[in-house]
Amino acid sequence: MDQMEPLIFEKTSPGRRCFILPACDVPDKRITDLLPQNVLRKNKAELPEVSEIDVVRHFTRLSKLNYCVDTNFYPLGSCTMKYNPKINEDSARLEGFTKLHPYQPVDQCQGILSLLYDLEQILKNISGMSAFTFQPAAGAHGELTGMLIIRAYLEKKGEKRHKIIIPDSAHGTNPASAALCGYEVESIQSNTEGLIDIHKLQEVFTRDTAAIMITNPNTLGLFEKDILEICRIAHDNGGLVYCDGANMNALLGIARPGDMGVDILHLNLHKTFSTPHGGGGPGAGPIGVSEALKPFLPIPRIEMTEKLALEEHGIDPLIKSNKSPYSSPNPSDGPFHRKYLLNDNYPDAIGRVRAFYGHVGMMIRTYTYLLSLGKEGIHRVGEYAVLNANYLRQKLEKYYDIPYGKTCMHEFVISAKKQKKKGASALDIAKKLLDYGFHAPTVYFPLIVEEAIMVEPTETESRETLDAFVAAMIQIANDIEQRPETVRNSPQTTPINRPDEVKAAREPNLRWKKK
Amino acid sequence: MDYIPNTQYDKEIMMKEMGISSFEALLKDIPRTLREFSLPLHQGLSEPQVFNILKNLGEENINTNKCISFLGAGAYEHYIPSIVDHLASRSEFYTCYTPYQPEVSQGTLQVIYEYQTLMCELTGMDISNASLYDGSTALAEAALLAIHLKEKNKIICSRAIHPEYRQVLKTYVKGLHTEIVEIDVPEGTMDMDQLEKALDDKTAAVLVQSPNFFGCIEDMEAISGITHKYDTLFVACVNPISLGLLKPPGEYSADIAVGEAQVLGNYLNYGGPYLGFFTIKKDLLRRMPGRIAGETVDRNGRRCFALTLQAREQHIRRQKATSNICTNQALLALRACIYLCALGKKGMEELANLNIQKSHYAYERLRTLNNFRLVLKKPFFHEFVLKTHDHIRIGSINEYLLKKGIIGGLELSQWYPEMDNCMLLCITETKTKTSIDRFVAELAQISTTM
Repeated sequence: MDQMEPLIFEKTSPGRRCFILPACDVPDKRITDLLPQNVLRKNKAELPEVSEIDVVRHFTRLSKLNYCVDTNFYPLGSCTMKYNPKINEDSARLEGFTKLHPYQPVDQCQGILSLLYDLEQILKNISGMSAFTFQPAAGAHGELTGMLIIRAYLEKKGEKRHKIIIPDSAHGTNPASAALCGYEVESIQSNTEGLIDIHKLQEVFTRDTAAIMITNPNTLGLFEKDILEICRIAHDNGGLVYCDGANMNALLGIARPGDMGVDILHLNLHKTFSTPHGGGGPGAGPIGVSEALKPFLPIPRIEMTEKLALEEHGIDPLIKSNKSPYSSPNPSDGPFHRKYLLNDNYPDAIGRVRAFYGHVGMMIRTYTYLLSLGKEGIHRVGEYAVLNANYLRQKLEKYYDIPYGKTCMHEFVISAKKQKKKGASALDIAKKLLDYGFHAPTVYFPLIVEEAIMVEPTETESRETLDAFVAAMIQIANDIEQRPETVRNSPQTTPINRPDEVKAAREPNLRWKKK
Repeated sequence: MDYIPNTQYDKEIMMKEMGISSFEALLKDIPRTLREFSLPLHQGLSEPQVFNILKNLGEENINTNKCISFLGAGAYEHYIPSIVDHLASRSEFYTCYTPYQPEVSQGTLQVIYEYQTLMCELTGMDISNASLYDGSTALAEAALLAIHLKEKNKIICSRAIHPEYRQVLKTYVKGLHTEIVEIDVPEGTMDMDQLEKALDDKTAAVLVQSPNFFGCIEDMEAISGITHKYDTLFVACVNPISLGLLKPPGEYSADIAVGEAQVLGNYLNYGGPYLGFFTIKKDLLRRMPGRIAGETVDRNGRRCFALTLQAREQHIRRQKATSNICTNQALLALRACIYLCALGKKGMEELANLNIQKSHYAYERLRTLNNFRLVLKKPFFHEFVLKTHDHIRIGSINEYLLKKGIIGGLELSQWYPEMDNCMLLCITETKTKTSIDRFVAELAQISTTM
């Protein structure tokens, strides 16, 4: 049976309607009595004319063509495809949040502001950073914000530095973000262990270098064991350390970037903090900074008028009140009266990186998640993420080449070099996994590993699921020995098989047109 | 509650198979000093406890369902058909990854392709991408595209572009030695003489919003004509709801049309997540930021969809990419797609009409009030500026209105000091005649008592 679904435009039939608006209850004037003809459109937009059941069936059928976390295991390296708790969705969909306008006066928005404020305190604790902004819309947006903060900080000190150092194992967004901010990018080669080469770093980190952008654990899944030295070299030369927090899941409850000496850290809420990927967004990329960089954070900042909290007592705001640990601001709280506000008054701030305050809906999900986890949960996340990855690593190393490290943090990278010689590439292995009901791992990244297959199981997968994945990988390794064409010709069980991507790029067809 | 299925029992079995006796053995690369910290956090909570806290926090806000709100200014309240939530809540859509594996992502890819088609139809432009973060960053990306394409470093923009969008633009171009020239808007729309004087061979792009921040409809055709006398891109920032009736950017030869598509089936969400759209003329295709889906065929010749033209993007080009964008707003683009299908050809036209009829009704009613003036020129879409008499402060008006269950308009002096005592009002189809009449009556009351 052909599983494909026609385009909605191919289902259109003149005059068919789905949603009907209420009738106009004010005197319905001729439009040309209200607006001049020359501002009106000449040609009507050819939108679909379909009934409600058409729309419902269309999108329901389309949804069934997707793999998703709720149906399949995604061992997708660097993407942390953990389970997305349902309660997080319920929280974010509460009317008290969804129907709140960003320009309502702060007095009307104390609930959401206190949530954001508390979330900042919790993230500070987890990461060891001194302050967070929630404005950046995604990880790459956080990187851009971070680069702008670095620039502003150095300019304030009267320094113009031109260079950002980035390891060759970094995510592509790192150099793209640095370039967008006008910096030259110097790539630094990893050493034979897959780590940053300290000696080389010492040579290239000159007084012209603004910062080094690191990922820790790096994209090979290895902890940069010289991290303290790396930060020292940067700081001794008057530069800064930016940490891409894409791999923060490995560190939850285990170590804190702030303690390592990191000056700026972005977090991907859609990775580490369980907000759903949504088929490619929305994500959120809040960034945390050290004390010295606080004045440069984007505006507005969320603040509490009475400072009795955390910075002074070193405890989570949720447990500081002597009444109910979760009491929210209440005017009758006496000494515990708190009021939250938005403060624009930071003359050194880099400005705004987005209208309004960021992806608030994702913050609500994260806050819900962190309330659920609590202290022990946070420790367990890092621990079980690392345990699961090492378990897979050890089970697979007899069948596949794993060029770096003897253990790993939350992920590891296979090289399918050996399999490639036998006639099936990393891509073929990835596609064959689809036939076994697993989403493909990340392939051909990081760039420093030939035929790379990057595997990250996350903590939300059970031992049984990991065993099933191992069995599939072993089966594929055996198939490649005996009949590699079955791997090359995969997938066979998916709604479509491999698309012609060359045709897609050479003859771009990017929208439907009436024939 | 931590959502971790493996137990201590599993852990022991796994460690035994791995031949390690302690979990710490796996962390030997982490310097000892980094392991010594305490997390002064709360204990984990159960689902009912968590949800109770969240419910209470939600209820502490005064939401636009409890009150009648006249706030707009870049974030708009429109009715969202029930099917949008139902369909977009399918976890096949919201728990899947970016569609890098087209064989198991045809649902998401076809949605993006349909979304791109719908946005092209609405704007009259040739090509749409799969979405950007929001309207403000879409506008900034348009400016970056122009700066890099034209290799020029001057951007002209109207002062009636959303003030926060202009702030974002300034932040984005900071590292690029770009000059931003703002054109005044004396009676609510762009000063054409000033624009002509500012334009020169160094100008990469002219950025104009219409309906603009004050709700006024700009003469986009004339601005486009003036701009195109030079080798300069014309960037239009538009409200998709208005395009049900208003002239789309394709009809006045805009090179890039961007904007905020929160209005297409997405909630106010206290400012985010929202949905930036980005559409272009086809000659700019290789410069497009963000993801694009295209039609192709699979090995059996069946029609299918895949992300395409990825040679522009950061994971291939690294520092030479057209943009650093990786994540977009796929789920919100899905909502926009469902919304546009639900409203359909006739519905989007009726919706634009309702917005115009109701805002003009309110405008005519307010015109009759003493102590209030409507200060800017027509034509407008669904927003306009109301000025009060000097002795009545906007703040006190809004306080009074709130007691009556009404959230008043946005005070403008924070961004436009010359517009003292002015509020920006927005009337969408969500306001009934009764609620508009009530609002007018309350203002009349203020006018007589203050």
